[in-house]
Amino acid sequence: MEEVKLMKGNEAMAEAAIRAGVDAYFGYPITPQSEVIEYLMHEEPFKRTGMVVLQAESELAAINMVYGAAACGKKAMTSSSSPGISLKLEGISYMAGAELPCLIANVMRGGPGLGTIQPGQSDYFQAVKGGGHGDYNLIVLAPSTVQEMADFVDLGFDLAFKYRNPVMILSDGAIGQMMEKVILPEQKERLSNEEIIKHYGNWATTGKPESRESNIITSLDLKPELQEIHNQHLQNKFKTAEKNEVRYEQIQCEDADYILVAYGTSARISQKVVQLGREKGLKIGLLRPITLWPFPKKIISELADHAKGFLSVEMSAGQMVEDVLLAVEGKVPVAHFGRMGGMIASPSEVLDAVEKEINKI
Amino acid sequence: MTEEIIIAGFGGQGVLSLGKILAYSGIMQDQEVSWMPSYGPEMRGGTANVTVILSDDRINSPVLNEFDTAIILNQQSMDKFESMVKPGGLLIYDPNGISHHPERKDIKIATIEGAKEASELNNKKTFNMVIMGAFLKIHPIVLMENVHKGLEKSLPQRHHHMIPLNEKAIKVGMKKVKVIHDYKKLVAEE
Amino acid sequence: MTTEVITPEEIIKKGKIVFEKTKLMTDCTLSYCPGCGHGVAHRLVMEVVDEMGIGDNTIGVAPVGCSVLAYEFMNIDIQQAAHGRAPAVATGIKRVFPEKYVFTYQGDGDLAAIGTSETIHACNRGENIVIIFINNGIYGMTGGQMAPTTLPGMKSSTSPYGRVVESMGYPLKITEMVATLPGVAYATRQAVHTAKLVTKTKKAIIKAFQNQKDKKGTSIIEIVANCNSGWKMTPVESNKWLDENMLAYFPLGDIKK
Repeated sequence: MEEVKLMKGNEAMAEAAIRAGVDAYFGYPITPQSEVIEYLMHEEPFKRTGMVVLQAESELAAINMVYGAAACGKKAMTSSSSPGISLKLEGISYMAGAELPCLIANVMRGGPGLGTIQPGQSDYFQAVKGGGHGDYNLIVLAPSTVQEMADFVDLGFDLAFKYRNPVMILSDGAIGQMMEKVILPEQKERLSNEEIIKHYGNWATTGKPESRESNIITSLDLKPELQEIHNQHLQNKFKTAEKNEVRYEQIQCEDADYILVAYGTSARISQKVVQLGREKGLKIGLLRPITLWPFPKKIISELADHAKGFLSVEMSAGQMVEDVLLAVEGKVPVAHFGRMGGMIASPSEVLDAVEKEINKI
Repeated sequence: MTEEIIIAGFGGQGVLSLGKILAYSGIMQDQEVSWMPSYGPEMRGGTANVTVILSDDRINSPVLNEFDTAIILNQQSMDKFESMVKPGGLLIYDPNGISHHPERKDIKIATIEGAKEASELNNKKTFNMVIMGAFLKIHPIVLMENVHKGLEKSLPQRHHHMIPLNEKAIKVGMKKVKVIHDYKKLVAEE
Repeated sequence: MTTEVITPEEIIKKGKIVFEKTKLMTDCTLSYCPGCGHGVAHRLVMEVVDEMGIGDNTIGVAPVGCSVLAYEFMNIDIQQAAHGRAPAVATGIKRVFPEKYVFTYQGDGDLAAIGTSETIHACNRGENIVIIFINNGIYGMTGGQMAPTTLPGMKSSTSPYGRVVESMGYPLKITEMVATLPGVAYATRQAVHTAKLVTKTKKAIIKAFQNQKDKKGTSIIEIVANCNSGWKMTPVESNKWLDENMLAYFPLGDIKK
């Protein structure tokens, strides 16, 4: 049954995981996302749905537990915040190489290093450009509401299994910690072992019957000729995802002659900026990427045919702005406005930046 | 209707739960709500604040730099948030422990002796509900029946026996709130 | 004197089969150096899994190290883990498939250096898995570097003048360490360089899988093995050296029953 609740983003994601029929969550506490594992331990989904919840000894162990469970064809996930994601990157690279579906949530805080526990968006490069070693991509979903924190769990697993690739929910401390109204989805049944064998028995390690060859999960091929073929296969997969999985939202872009580009908390602030700007007579709009990878290049390029300029608003020194620049292809000026180190921009300071940039054109 | 509120005070005063009850009450009347806390190492006596927005429309920024209402429960918060009340907005505060009182002329200012009333109710934890009553008296943005439902939703079952006391505290707040400055009156007099 | 010529077919027909290839080993040629103990250890694990009739219900975890390609030789479903992470990977498998048999097969660098944390915590949780730990005192695959179990004074490519314990630390007796944990049901140290020891090791592996069946917790079997290539010896010399040196520091026998 659908249920309306007031929940933190972290809690909504945890509850949505239970309801999505997730088989296992492995995590390690870190602010500002510890509510995920706290909520799960409190709710005891092992009693509700049989979902496994385990507090690992480290982020490294957690992602490798996800590896083990995912390789069995199970829906496995983990979550962390920036420093913890850095630790998980080894495992994430292995999972991309071994073509394992899983969901990883990064509730970003300000960095680098231990940084701050306040919200940040400075892991954009890490998330969309690979992060770990080797040629790979993650499908990266950027929720900007608590509702999307919940909705993207199911969507994330759909995409993960469709492409047999890790999917990341790239959120931030503000979305994770804030409470909003959320409509929780209905409970999905977890797949039975028989169903897993039916759907994923051609690759998952479910125990080898005599009737088939052994299923081997590995990212290794010592012969470079074969490793290149494998990498080509991965790249083809990523090309398909780039073609089919771009998601974004346009807010008042139709008649806008200046466009803000922002995701997550920065997109929420930018919505306010559009409202305040419009009240002042500025024809501004917001393009909100929902998938950060694949990045909505095409729509930005199209908007660049009409708009006079773009402003990328991020809680970083300017990371997504590079992708906006690539998409705009030099047609019009692209600027960046950002706060760092856990500072959240206020709507009025962003509006000031917008007016300044418009005056430059 | 959109009401953008900052509630600010010390940790342990029930700032966050006041915000939560308000937000839940909004949900009970089919509004969109957001509750955005300042978070950090939890510490009793440290500063705590939460931005609560109730709206009939989709809420854009959960983070704001100006507010329709500021509910202020300590001096540090007064220093920080007095200037962030929109012209024509509302500032409510508990004068207990306030040394520099608000000086704005373009807003409505009200006081409520929350700590005193709560101790008269023999339960210091009702402090935040006294404050909420004071606010709702001046800005009745949620109906009492929805506040009741909001309390039911936001308090764990084991605390439901406290709901009548909480509602009593809200009523005390409604009764005892004092508007000490009203820009509208000034505008009318001019 | 007459000579009877027997054809191979006649041998098979007449003779009693006393030894055959383990069904759960593939036809792939082992990539291990001639004389190395890995082949025997692989075979023993697969023999036990086969004899227990659990081949279709067993998932293995291969490490990084010489046995990284274990999945080429063991004819069961296998996951290859990142360096040191096999016990975490095995935890993930066992938690979602509690009814399946799960084992890791790891070397000393994998289990006792980079994966020490995963080893200790899997054991501490009493994960109901089997850990097969090949200790040959050296990093074989990467070319003979010092391992956490390299003996004092022992030469390797990163301790070319011998392991100096004052600066490089002591050989780690990790099996003794984890034996102290309540989650560990069985910890033993075996070897496979003589026929008698092979038989004993097989018994230990049977006991470990039986423990898993009985949900007793973690079983760890350390197998002290030779690395003739890494030690720069002939196989025979290496076995002798193993007897005289390795077993002096790493004595065989059950540490926790």
